[in-house]
Amino acid sequence: MSDASTGQVSMSDVSKTFTLKVDGQIQIVPALKSVNFDVKQAEIVTLIGPSGCGKTTALRILMGLETASRGKVTVGGKQVNGCGYDRGLVFQHAELLPWLTAAQNVMFGLEMKGMRGAELRDTALRYLDLVGLKDAANRRPYQLSGGMKQRVGIARALAIDPEVLLMDEPFGALDAQTRETLQGELLDIQARTKKTIIFVTHDLDEAVLLADRIIVMRAGSIQETIQVPLQRPRGNLGALRGTAEFAEARYKVWKALHGAEAVH
Amino acid sequence: MSKIETISAPTGNDDAPKLKREMPKWAITTMSVSVVILAWEFFGRDVNPIFGSYPTAISVAFWKLLVSGQLLAALTQSLKAFVVGYGLSVLIGVPLGLLIGRSRFLEAAIGVFITGAYAMPLVALVPLLVLWMGLGFAVKACVVFLMAVFPIVINTWLGVRAVPKTLIEVGKSFVASDFTILRRIVLPATIPYIMAGIKLAVGRGVVAMVIAEFFTAISGLGAIIINAANAFDTARMFVPVIVLMVLATMLNSFVGWIERKVAPWQVELSGRDEG
Repeated sequence: MSDASTGQVSMSDVSKTFTLKVDGQIQIVPALKSVNFDVKQAEIVTLIGPSGCGKTTALRILMGLETASRGKVTVGGKQVNGCGYDRGLVFQHAELLPWLTAAQNVMFGLEMKGMRGAELRDTALRYLDLVGLKDAANRRPYQLSGGMKQRVGIARALAIDPEVLLMDEPFGALDAQTRETLQGELLDIQARTKKTIIFVTHDLDEAVLLADRIIVMRAGSIQETIQVPLQRPRGNLGALRGTAEFAEARYKVWKALHGAEAVH
Repeated sequence: MSKIETISAPTGNDDAPKLKREMPKWAITTMSVSVVILAWEFFGRDVNPIFGSYPTAISVAFWKLLVSGQLLAALTQSLKAFVVGYGLSVLIGVPLGLLIGRSRFLEAAIGVFITGAYAMPLVALVPLLVLWMGLGFAVKACVVFLMAVFPIVINTWLGVRAVPKTLIEVGKSFVASDFTILRRIVLPATIPYIMAGIKLAVGRGVVAMVIAEFFTAISGLGAIIINAANAFDTARMFVPVIVLMVLATMLNSFVGWIERKVAPWQVELSGRDEG
């Protein structure tokens, strides 16, 4: 937290095209069209939109797994050029390494960052504890439930102490109850660690419950940016769902997603 | 014991996990082998001993060869060439397969030779190898190597291609170098394929060993086969053949055992029960 720009994310005029070969013909498919947005430090922003709208592509460009065809991407004031320890990615299906235990999976990222010795395991266990999995440290992924795997995935990304946590539909494959539990825990973890979070989802409720701001995407462009008028800490997420503010914000996002044609 | 683990543990006798009432695999194998041996014994006795043989006659021949010390001497001689050739094929085949699988350039540049060489009629090339290396130990190890290395390379290569892209991206997202990704992610993810290649190579290596003994300086188990065949002693000829089959089967189980040691998660993932 030394720098004023720590944890800030900015995408300016970012475009991305993919080249596909369909039936022997080369097609150029635009995935992102001149996308602009800024995220403040410790802010939670969700990217929402139908599949193929470019939300995951935007996240992958932020992570450095894809390069933008045009435009500028900065994280913490520095231009993104490949992956870096200032960003931690939580994958859609956790993507734990199946031959490593939960603790070893968390240690993997730390080792890559150069940590060695006793500190390594201590740090990994501390982050497993943060996600409530201290007791499962020695289990391998096939001995963990879907929700537990995703908790390990979150611990692995957080352990390297990134400025920004990038999450790619991490709860999409979980059952509703597990998803709600993890949403609450993610907010708790964010309150304690003050990480900037950019969260991709296609779930309306999730987008509203987690976000300070929702970016609605459509066909590679930002359709609308919606400020969520809910205070943080959010407290009991279940009770929050019953409030008028939640319903109103949810309806705004719904309208933005469905466009003018759905509102008669 | 952690809290979580005790939850799923049985709490009383009523909840004791039910054992599957299935015949163990070794029992099925033993029965199957017994039936084949008995049938061979029964029908084999009616065949002219020049044209065929049967288990008891082969056992007698086996005993004679064993007592005379010929069998062990030949086995040791054969195994030396096998161990060197096969060992080299694992040591070279696995890294080569990993590199070809990871590098677009190497795949395009070398892959075609590997695929071609896999189908190479090696027997035809043995005389040439003899010209290069003589009739001794080197050429035998080389023939074993050439037969065994390609299935290992090809399997490893295919295994690398099958590693999910997202696992590689896990490495990339933590800024791992290409070499670290190869060693820490690609190699462990490829182990099932590597082991399959190493198992295939056992059979091919054993065949190569005998071919080498036929076509170079006649030696080892191959020599016993040729000499017995030339003397129309069919029972004696079968002894090394059976010994080699048993040996290859044992080696295969041994590789399987190693696989379960180095990759215990794999058995869990595929749900196979071994034993």
